[in-house]
Amino acid sequence: MLPANALPAYVTTPGGFLLVLAIILPVVAVLAMLVLDPRHARSVVGATILAGVAAALAIAEELIRTGAALIYVVGGWQPPLGLALRADGLSATMIAMTAIVLPGIAIFARGLQDLKPETRNGRAPTTFWSLLMGVWSALCLTFIGQDLFNLYVALELLTFAAVPLVCLDGRSETMGAALRYLMFALLGSMLYLLGTGLFYGAFGTLDIRSLSAMSDDRPAVSVALALMIAGLLAKAALFPLHLWLPPAHAGAPAAASAVLSALVIKAPIFLTLRLVAEVAPTPMAAIAGKILAILGAFAIILCSVMALRQARLKLMIAYSTVAQIGYLFIVFPLATGADALPPWGTIAWTGGALQLGSHALAKASMFMAAGIIAEAFGHDNIRDLSGFGRILPLSAATFGLAGLSLMGLPPSGGFIAKCLLLTSAVLGGHPWLSTTILAGGLLAAGYVFRVMNRALATPQTPLIIRRKIPARLEVVPLILALLAVLLGFVPLEPLGLLQIGRPDRPAETMP
Amino acid sequence: MIASALSSANLFGLCGASLAGFGLFIVIIHASLLRRIVGFNLLGAGIFLVFGAIARRGAAAGFDGDPVPQAMVITGIVVAFSATALSVALLLRLFGLTGRAAFDAPPADASRQDET
Repeated sequence: MLPANALPAYVTTPGGFLLVLAIILPVVAVLAMLVLDPRHARSVVGATILAGVAAALAIAEELIRTGAALIYVVGGWQPPLGLALRADGLSATMIAMTAIVLPGIAIFARGLQDLKPETRNGRAPTTFWSLLMGVWSALCLTFIGQDLFNLYVALELLTFAAVPLVCLDGRSETMGAALRYLMFALLGSMLYLLGTGLFYGAFGTLDIRSLSAMSDDRPAVSVALALMIAGLLAKAALFPLHLWLPPAHAGAPAAASAVLSALVIKAPIFLTLRLVAEVAPTPMAAIAGKILAILGAFAIILCSVMALRQARLKLMIAYSTVAQIGYLFIVFPLATGADALPPWGTIAWTGGALQLGSHALAKASMFMAAGIIAEAFGHDNIRDLSGFGRILPLSAATFGLAGLSLMGLPPSGGFIAKCLLLTSAVLGGHPWLSTTILAGGLLAAGYVFRVMNRALATPQTPLIIRRKIPARLEVVPLILALLAVLLGFVPLEPLGLLQIGRPDRPAETMP
Repeated sequence: MIASALSSANLFGLCGASLAGFGLFIVIIHASLLRRIVGFNLLGAGIFLVFGAIARRGAAAGFDGDPVPQAMVITGIVVAFSATALSVALLLRLFGLTGRAAFDAPPADASRQDET
């Protein structure tokens, strides 16, 4: 075990302030919305999104230009007493992904609110904007935090912003769903917090860089990691802790579902990845990876079957989310199982990151398309949607394109991701994982085609349109779905970016 | 041997562990949501006591009464308070809408309900 002071200190890099901007800008927006009249909420959000996207782009640009991780030491206090923020290639990818998906959802939510001008500046829309900004800030903090307790606070911020999103419409079913979500999330935070305490008791620091150098195979470490990972799984809705997700994500308003499904659940998954890849000693990481992959495989198969059996479109998409999360957990044994390569050098690591990005884009667009369908026809029972493709051709196209990525059909980001995972499973000698990946793709094809079949069918009785949907509202999800497909054409670009800043030792990250 | 094992830090650590255990038990077993919320508070209190024991024992910093875990406990209490407030507010609203304070049906049953 190394003493903490043997490690190189954190040094704030020139672009480090960008990390603070990424976290603080949405918080400023929330505060401004509290003070200002609700009429100004939209302009505040618009300005914040422009600034936030600029900050995210600047982070990515700075990272690619310098080829090293961005670091900011808060207040100049070194860990273990102070906090450090650090963005490496993976964090920057996640921040960039958020900065693409979240504005898309915001434009869509704005368009959806414009359909009912009388409630546009009402309580629910204004609350939605504050919560959306809260989610953004918490996500950025989760992606760049270096201190386990700081990350706990980030996770709690995320939960407190995400839970009210579920019950914005105030119906009793969504209240119940939100409360169930909160219960699972709270249990997760408590377990995570206990693990944090055990880590502090064992090593006297919570800085991930120091912990990754010091952690060994003593019992305290395995108990702490088991508690923290179990807690994160409850928040990430990995099978069998997924029971809260379908009612919560299906009951939320369309834009909120898209945020929750595409972005919010990615934060605990990202932290699990960091814990397993960086903090856990190699033998422990191998065991954890196996368990996570088994649960992930169950999630893929069982929840895809559940998705096939759903009568309602939004519930089907929600179950599909649980299934697609499974793919992210299959990455663990594939990425940690290699001997000569570090985890971040394997093709499974790249495949996992691509799956994260393509699922975020595809699922956001799918939930938005489902929201448009529900808005247009007043319901989302798949059986009664025959011929919706004639009335909403763009939404049907969105659904199909997003489905391509979920199934893993070429050309799409999901195809490259699943192809990399499959190759890695075959090469690594995990036949059961490769079978699961293939079966999951077939099942996904089943539930996507079920909807597409309805979209292209000739209805016996014409569908009744409750509300006319302007075409520009349909364009936003279509663009996100197209991006999910286009992700399949730039597979080599993320590969280099993901390597930046790894391993977390400053001397070796210099180009 | 036994006397040394039962130093105050160990005693408080064990108390914290059992409190956390009770809390977890209540959260998992009870259907009543108010009891579950109390269970979460018990679980939280146990965890904060463990933090206190870790501070008393002195972590790797090497001295007794390490202030860092105490600072974390203060943050943790604030977070736990907000979590309780949020869950009680949601529960009150749920009770006002349905007259129940428990989840009545498994989530899959919501699948047939019509909604926009």
